[in-house]
Amino acid sequence: MIGVLALCAVISILVTVGIVVALMVPSLEFFTEVSPAEFFTTAKWAPLFKPAAFGVLPLITGTLNTTFWACTICLPLGLGTAIYLSEYARPRARAVIKPVLEVLAGIPTVVLGYFALTFLTPLLRSLGWQVEIFNAFSAGIIIGVLLLPTVASLSEDAMKAVPSSLREGSFGLGANRFQVSTRVVVPAAISGIAASFVLAISRAIGETTIVLIAAGQLAHVSFMPGDSVETMTAFIAATGAGDVPVGSISYKTIFAVGLTLFVITLLLNIVAIRMVRRFREVYE
Amino acid sequence: MDAPPTTTGTQPRGLQPETMAGASNESIELPMDQREVVFDCRELGVRYAGVRALRDVDLNIHRNTVTALIGPSGCGKSTFLRCLNRMNDLIPSAVVDGACLYHDEDLYGPQIDAIEVRKRIGMVFQKPNPFPKSIYDNVAFGPRVLGMKDGLDDRIEQALRRAALWDEVKDRLRQGALGLSGGQQQRLCIARALAVEPDVILMDEPCSALDPISTAAIEDLMTDLKSEYTVVIVTHNMQQAARVADMTAFFSVDQGETGTRCGVLIEVDSTEKIFTKPSNERTEAYVTGRFG
Ligand SMILES: Nc1ncnc2c1ncn2[C@@H]1O[C@H](COP(=O)(O)OP(=O)(O)OP(=O)(O)O)[C@@H](O)[C@H]1O
Ligand SMILES: [Mg+2]
Repeated sequence: MIGVLALCAVISILVTVGIVVALMVPSLEFFTEVSPAEFFTTAKWAPLFKPAAFGVLPLITGTLNTTFWACTICLPLGLGTAIYLSEYARPRARAVIKPVLEVLAGIPTVVLGYFALTFLTPLLRSLGWQVEIFNAFSAGIIIGVLLLPTVASLSEDAMKAVPSSLREGSFGLGANRFQVSTRVVVPAAISGIAASFVLAISRAIGETTIVLIAAGQLAHVSFMPGDSVETMTAFIAATGAGDVPVGSISYKTIFAVGLTLFVITLLLNIVAIRMVRRFREVYE
Repeated sequence: MDAPPTTTGTQPRGLQPETMAGASNESIELPMDQREVVFDCRELGVRYAGVRALRDVDLNIHRNTVTALIGPSGCGKSTFLRCLNRMNDLIPSAVVDGACLYHDEDLYGPQIDAIEVRKRIGMVFQKPNPFPKSIYDNVAFGPRVLGMKDGLDDRIEQALRRAALWDEVKDRLRQGALGLSGGQQQRLCIARALAVEPDVILMDEPCSALDPISTAAIEDLMTDLKSEYTVVIVTHNMQQAARVADMTAFFSVDQGETGTRCGVLIEVDSTEKIFTKPSNERTEAYVTGRFG
């Protein structure tokens, strides 16, 4: 039995190592042809054109742009929902909200992508905001909607795990429910809440379909919400789906961008773990 | 939703202010049962999800006294104690009936806000429950949520001194409260309750998790506290009740014909009387250890 379990662990390690190796090898070949300096510091991205340009910054800023708008939705609304569900909601309200969130989390991203493109963007335009047809804002907002249930349910779990003796202690001092929630429960649950935030941000960075459909493929450095941008994931998906010859420089570009994406997400996780260790309030 | 936070001082809506500070010293001169009545409970009872756990408690609790609640497990001592500052409101299935007058005002009256009640009537729990914050922030919690921001440092020192904890923690106020020993944590919880200057302190088996030395420290503290506060304590330790309490109330369980069990108040009197010549034979059986 122990052997089977150990095998499971070994398989997951092998898969991880395999992914890293599969990313590394073509990426390293890429960097023998394109200098890392050009890749990471220049701002012109045209890998499929002649003459080609390999500055990845436009893709990184494109990702940051959509991720930022996703965060403005999923972090505050997710936390607010979690506080409501964990500290305020009566069984009846929960019985409505929880399934709605589950449905939301289960909508295929391709549907959400077209929702952003064919509903949200026209809506913004009809409200008088001249966004481009493909824009970072619509895509980001809808990614935020997609991730809201993740943040809400993980944060709620973290808050539910806070011992009720702490709540009683603070109610006993004359605190109201809002004060109990924000000054005792949220700080005590901060490591779980932060973990949910990091997961959501990682997923927003990695989200592909929605940005591919609704954010466009215009690789330029822009932080304007209404601009069309290309994200790292959208580049990978679009280029990978096209007919690039295996072994060509364009082909290797996909892996170099993939590795960049991987490293950014990894760094984010490491920073978050550090932060959580530092700020969490350990109970018991 | 609860009422919006009030940031003005300690004066609660709908509750009479405590009589002026000087009165406490006069009142302590009087015999116990002539001291001002703080709580006047009339036919107080509690049901949890329709099942009655406590019924018909008629009990007066007097100012500047320590009142002990004793009785077998499950007889509703905690339930009763939690009625006194409306902590039972936090249990959705709990329903309180009868009346509980606090300075002649019904705590369960329609115009009374439970939050205001808890500002005046503090509580210390069986298991020490310090917040996972610094020692300072633990004691500052109450004053901060109640908007008592002036002279916070002094207030915190005062509270910690009263709880006999100051000397042990004065050099480590910014360190985490969970690094304290169990006994220190419990005294911190007492300091936390004292910091908001309540009128009454309710303690539910405050020493049950503590060693004899910490217990002695907390017992001394209770005796000190009664010059300024009214203290109600639940305890399973009869020596403790005998040592600290002026008045003792004995609760027990009544078995109904249908097999239902319900907590009742059997007898309340001066501690001396309860332990030497109680009027009810059930009390006598309990205090002499022949529980029936
Ligand atoms: N939250 C609750 N929900 C349902 N029933 C409860 C709840 N709290 C207490 N009870 C019931 O009410 C009765 C009295 O409980 P209570 O905790 O007041 O007893 P107690 O005298 O404090 O006992 P102990 O000495 O063991 O602490 C018990 O039968 C208990 O099962
Ligand atoms: Mg109890």
